[in-house]
Amino acid sequence: MMKAAILLFPGINRERDMVLAVRQSFGHEPAIVWHKETALPAGTDLVIIPGGFSFGDYLRCGAMAAQSPIMQAVKAHAARGGYVLGVCNGFQILTEAGLLPGALLRNAGLRFLSMDTMLRVERADTVFTNHWQKGAQFRAPMAHGDGNYTADTATLDRLEGENLVAFRYADGNRNGSARDIAGIFAPNLRVLGLMPHPENLVDPLMGGTDGKPLFDALASV
Amino acid sequence: MKAIVTIMLKNGVLDPQGKAIGQALNNLGYAQVGEVRAGKIIELELTETDPAAAKTAAEDMAKKLLANTVIESFRVEVTA
Repeated sequence: MMKAAILLFPGINRERDMVLAVRQSFGHEPAIVWHKETALPAGTDLVIIPGGFSFGDYLRCGAMAAQSPIMQAVKAHAARGGYVLGVCNGFQILTEAGLLPGALLRNAGLRFLSMDTMLRVERADTVFTNHWQKGAQFRAPMAHGDGNYTADTATLDRLEGENLVAFRYADGNRNGSARDIAGIFAPNLRVLGLMPHPENLVDPLMGGTDGKPLFDALASV
Repeated sequence: MKAIVTIMLKNGVLDPQGKAIGQALNNLGYAQVGEVRAGKIIELELTETDPAAAKTAAEDMAKKLLANTVIESFRVEVTA
């Protein structure tokens, strides 16, 4: 069973949601790691960067967090082939840290989006997505002001060509993301970033379990 | 020395904030306003006394943190 560590930066506010999702699927407690730490807990297999507003979104969303001491350890972890999941602000932090390509701009309509969206699973042969079928759609809550995924055309073409798009918005592109991209993988398929929040639909009491396959898939590694 | 770093979204990157400002100016009756681009200015007080060294240092800071060169361009101006 994977050993998970959830990073905590000042201003992050979804870490408890992530703990709940991990606990439910993994059956054990993930570690919470403060951003000033310089090392991950020994034996960490999966680093999760949750959502929120790290450092008040100052400068750019995720820009400050990407420079926090713990991120050096996360980069080393990723370079070793370790698993990394970034959701919402976590996705922004991963792009700012250079662990995923592109950037998240202000939503095209300038509005903060707080609503459910449908995501389409673009590939089901990864450790993150193998509990879905390719092409499956699932509901995921969105809560972001800067979710407009962008990258230069060459990068977008490379993502498509190498089949690194993880999820696309399937019921309307509300934030203006290039090519409806909601989430992407790193080339080794061990780093995933996405804007919507699968961790917020993992229990019938939350109104559904649409996001649970992500955590069940990780739990079965 | 002081370094002034001006950061703008790259040409071709959609600037919804600039668009909204332009729209608001048009609404105020400024019909002559066309495209508006919004950026940010960061002023740095530096201990350097050599303008060239100050510029190099500020450019380095811009590349590492102040600007995200995936989406933004920057220019540095050094003053006494």
